[in-house]
Amino acid sequence: MLIIDNLSKTFGKGTINENLAIDNLSLFLEEGEFVTIIGGNGAGKSTLLNCISGVYEVDKGRIMLDDIDVTFKPEYKRSKFIGRVFQDPLRGTAHDMTIEENLSIAYDKGKPKGLKPGIGKKYHKLFRERLSLLELGLEDRMKQKVGLLSGGQRQALTLLMSTIVKPKVLLLDEHTAALDPSIAKKVLELTNEIVKEYNLCTIMITHNMKAALEHGTRTIMMLDGRIVLDLKGKERKDMTVERLVEQFGNKNGLYNDRMILG
Amino acid sequence: MNLLYYQGSIELGIIYAIMALGVFISFRSLNMPDLTVDGSFVLGAAVSAILYTKGHPFLGMPLALVAGCLAGCITALIHTKLKIQPLLSGILTMLALYSVNLRVMGNKPNIPLINKPTVFSIVNDFFVSGFSDLVLSFIILIIVVFVLFLFLKTKLGFVIRATGDNEHMVKALGVNTDFTKTLGLAIANGLVALSGALIAQYQSYSDIGMGVGMVIIGLASVIIGEVLFGARSLFRRLTAVILGAILYRLVIAIALDLGMPPTDLKLISAFIVAVALAMPAVKEYILSFRKRMSSSAGGKGGEA
Repeated sequence: MLIIDNLSKTFGKGTINENLAIDNLSLFLEEGEFVTIIGGNGAGKSTLLNCISGVYEVDKGRIMLDDIDVTFKPEYKRSKFIGRVFQDPLRGTAHDMTIEENLSIAYDKGKPKGLKPGIGKKYHKLFRERLSLLELGLEDRMKQKVGLLSGGQRQALTLLMSTIVKPKVLLLDEHTAALDPSIAKKVLELTNEIVKEYNLCTIMITHNMKAALEHGTRTIMMLDGRIVLDLKGKERKDMTVERLVEQFGNKNGLYNDRMILG
Repeated sequence: MNLLYYQGSIELGIIYAIMALGVFISFRSLNMPDLTVDGSFVLGAAVSAILYTKGHPFLGMPLALVAGCLAGCITALIHTKLKIQPLLSGILTMLALYSVNLRVMGNKPNIPLINKPTVFSIVNDFFVSGFSDLVLSFIILIIVVFVLFLFLKTKLGFVIRATGDNEHMVKALGVNTDFTKTLGLAIANGLVALSGALIAQYQSYSDIGMGVGMVIIGLASVIIGEVLFGARSLFRRLTAVILGAILYRLVIAIALDLGMPPTDLKLISAFIVAVALAMPAVKEYILSFRKRMSSSAGGKGGEA
């Protein structure tokens, strides 16, 4: 469960480049809700995710995860409750370490880091099991360095790492944008499976309107740091990409080929 | 050719390898160019020398290690808390350490370690043999590498290695990277200081200027090791650093043997490191040059 209450964030306050990125935004996510966010460039989508995960400190408002107020907790502290997958496949994994070492760090998220062996005795079997879900054959390459994997494989691994300990909320920032279409589809399917299995509260940013309407249970459109459209249930089911573009395309700067065709 | 002369180089190489392992941790594991090394090396030597004059040659080793750790912590705090670039943080600490080292040495620029038994001479008294220095330094190195290897394989070691690899990921996985950087730099400079402490007793003097260019020597060892012995597994990498350090000493020894004036040592060191660092770029130039040559040759063939 995630509550965002009257959140505001301005960059470069007091300078000529002052930019209101998030404008009094409120959002309430229930357990297991899967929200897709669309919006043009500079709408504040990524800023919102970065505010939730603590990369940026907010100017105003509150962020609650379950009953914990995380508004002023440093990034690394709230990371214990948050799973994140970035757009850049290189950002989610350590390339010079092996697959099992990466998974091990992810699995120990939130636990004290002591002088115990990095890879616990029971980890091996569990990692094998989870990796085989990806159907990429990574379970037989656990001792290999992550740097040897392709972008798609790394992104799939990142997704697995970010959910291997159940997070309270999963944040996906265009996590398939840098992948080729077939592996992007695979990673999206995998996202759906994992979200469903754990009943995860999820926010996914995408530039692909079709994917935004197809996946998840709710779709939000952002413009200038505000939510301008919030689709749920039947209303969302009846919505098509064409109508979305028709209604909002021109004035919101949404109208670019990438978002419709992507 | 003097066998004893080269044995001395290997002994030096083994002791300097401990310093190179420290440089390996900051430059490779943490991916931070830490110049504190030039200062913390002398700090270790100074602590070791002053305790030697007070009659505690052995106590100097662990205390030098601790002093080095503190120096590393200060660099890390300047970087993480005051948000100053790592390179500059290291230089600041290095500069400050110059004065600190002079103070530690009782405001004397150098301390000779004569008249009293050093760690090396004590061990030599027990096992009278021409190889006692070699064996002692080798045993210390093996202990250091063994502990370091085990540490880098622990949960804590994992997150330190991952910090240099991908800081975003480590933060996203709930680890305070300020802490991992501090711990990493502390260990790195601790090892450097330990190496300095041993060198002071091995060479029987401690000098305020003995740390100049130490970073470069450490880096040279790391790079030579990587180029010649590979960087596949962690064990392999650590071994490569050690072999690199010994090889570097041997190269210098051969150069001196061939008549290079000792005053040119730093020049040669800088040259070796520059060449080693330039390897990838040079390879690319050669490759692109060859491509151009072969394509222009092919073009001419087409015309004819």
